[in-house]
Amino acid sequence: MTVVTPAEFPRPLAARFFTRGTLVLSALALLGIAGYLYRLLFGLRAATHLSQGYPWGLWISVDVASGVALAAGGFTTAALIEIAGRQRYHRLLRPALLTAMLGYTFVVIGLLADLGRYYNVWHPMLPGMWQGSSVLFEVGICVMIYLTVLYIEFMPIVIERFRGRVALPGALHILNRPLDGALGLADRFLGRFLVLFILAGVVLSCLHQSSLGTLMLIAPYKMHPLWYTPISPLLFLLSAIAVGFPMVIFESLLAARSFKLPAETKLLASLARFTPILLGLYLSVKIIDLTLRGAWGHLGTGSIESVMYLIETIGGVVVPMLLLSMHRVRRSARGLLGAASLVIAGVILNRINVFLVAYRPRFAAQPYFPSVLEIAVTVGLVSALVLVYRLLVMIFPVVTPDDAPGPSAFGGGAPRVVPETLR
Amino acid sequence: MGINRRSFLKLAGTAAATLAVDAADASPGPASSAPSGGGYGVLVDASVCISCRKCEWACNRQQHLTQKPQAAFEDRAVCLTPRRPDDAAFTVVNRFPDAPGSDKGYGVKIQCMHCLQPACASACLVGALRKHPQGPVYYDEWKCIGCRYCMVACPFEIPAYEYARALEPRVRKCTFCLERVIDEGKPPACVEICPNEALTFGQRENLIDAAYIRMKTAPERYLQHLYGEHEVGGTAWLYLAPADLTPAGLPALSEKPIPQSTEKIQHAIFKGFVPPIALYGLLGLVMYNTHRERRSADAAAEREKDA
Repeated sequence: MTVVTPAEFPRPLAARFFTRGTLVLSALALLGIAGYLYRLLFGLRAATHLSQGYPWGLWISVDVASGVALAAGGFTTAALIEIAGRQRYHRLLRPALLTAMLGYTFVVIGLLADLGRYYNVWHPMLPGMWQGSSVLFEVGICVMIYLTVLYIEFMPIVIERFRGRVALPGALHILNRPLDGALGLADRFLGRFLVLFILAGVVLSCLHQSSLGTLMLIAPYKMHPLWYTPISPLLFLLSAIAVGFPMVIFESLLAARSFKLPAETKLLASLARFTPILLGLYLSVKIIDLTLRGAWGHLGTGSIESVMYLIETIGGVVVPMLLLSMHRVRRSARGLLGAASLVIAGVILNRINVFLVAYRPRFAAQPYFPSVLEIAVTVGLVSALVLVYRLLVMIFPVVTPDDAPGPSAFGGGAPRVVPETLR
Repeated sequence: MGINRRSFLKLAGTAAATLAVDAADASPGPASSAPSGGGYGVLVDASVCISCRKCEWACNRQQHLTQKPQAAFEDRAVCLTPRRPDDAAFTVVNRFPDAPGSDKGYGVKIQCMHCLQPACASACLVGALRKHPQGPVYYDEWKCIGCRYCMVACPFEIPAYEYARALEPRVRKCTFCLERVIDEGKPPACVEICPNEALTFGQRENLIDAAYIRMKTAPERYLQHLYGEHEVGGTAWLYLAPADLTPAGLPALSEKPIPQSTEKIQHAIFKGFVPPIALYGLLGLVMYNTHRERRSADAAAEREKDA
């Protein structure tokens, strides 16, 4: 076995929690929480611009649909590292897992704001209410299970941090022994079965990432033909897979900047080589689809829809694909960050396009544009996510600081993440 | 390493192909196999409707919608600017005069069409909207989680939401007076009150026959098309009118039931859970393979070190 120096293990990052940046984020998060409470107290009419014509708005298209897509870093890195065995990316696994876990958590929080009867959100779990022909049922169930799987996948990190070190303050100390025992039990269970959850996470992701693309197919008479295609689920899956690594890159570079760690440009550049291929695949399917459906004509009309489609496809797919296929761009942190941001923005724009721009109800009394409160809640949730992420990487061993230069040893990650059954 | 890259790309490809291929040869699901001929219906004859709004008033009273008095439903001028049903009015009747200011013309009452294969019921993830075997598409308030996917799905844009309520908001739409029709065997409130017999309640198949007789006996009165007979797979409410109903809010729709394509894709992905399980197994094999390779590489390194 190669000797692994302790520096290559993930560890909690030391930093001041409050900086100028996090203070701004805290203010935005507080505003968002205030907006969220306002919605809960006074209802959707008071808080949003949703209408009889437009039942879905910013929260569904961005907080939920884009949120799920952007959390795809979790299952794509799991597939790359744990399933396909690309161990050299190992240090990217935990940050991606944490992003996915928080991403989905905030998807659910965002969804609860939008649901008229948020307190009934558990209803799809009751077998008596199962409605198998509903696309939304599948999305809902998959997201619920996947969220649980993500928490289970995160458990080894909690165990690593606290096993043998549980020390609750004051009277709670009587719980120390039982809690430690529980962690030990979880450790043994996960050592044996974690692999099953990792596989399940990838399958569940493929299922609901694609099903999100099926959702709007139930509205053939309201959808603009540029986005109304029977292969919409495939496009959603391919774009989610394509945005996974750019999200990991984006978030790794931002975290490095924020915690004043050296950027892992080399490793990220290597990861970024996959992206032009995945974007190219997505783009070709999009082009073939437009061709087969004879929908090219809708692009030249100069309508809002055609412009949005072009921005989404050229700015969010073609340009970053070309950029990331250039060695020069991949080599620089700035190039990576710019190109990754384009991919991310492209996917968000695609989801907004599918759920809002393409949706054109015949009888809507007025067009939809989100209210200030809707925007404040969305911005607040994103800010809160970043803050919680920062907090968790300061508590748990998630990030592997690159202060021991040289290639990461084969299998040099934390022992728990690689399931022992397969060793 | 080469194997690993190939297997990873293969995975992405298989996942995609599974979805794409299976979507093509799936069979329609349970929600698409609702009763085809049976159940109650209402035949609306727009040519005899005088837009008196009595149906609106009766509906308001029967469904306890608003506190508005009967007098509030006597102003017929409002019918001239097309209105839509909403959370406070399950039905509205609009007027389409032959010429501006003319008394002649026709009236079109709009409400839930009670589709034979309702998109809303297929969309609803908890089965809060369902098709009653006798015709009505009805709503179980207590099941609803308020996602409003039914509103996205409805091709007639009928379900409305009580956005103003912070607690217990409901999806609101015509109930086909389920409690009267099913429990008491009486016609819906709107049909019962209609003074001009513009509305006829009965078994849908009989209504279709009646409609064809009317079209045949008075061809000058009607466009030769029974709206709702085939639209989106058929609706319980059927319309005879002197003109195309698009301006009245009943646009041209194909005969294909709305839930068909989504349910096809759904049932393809979940056909006996075969595609997900296959993907799971495939990923498991790849994982096993890569880790076995790793183990042997580790062992080789160990041997080298020992030697």
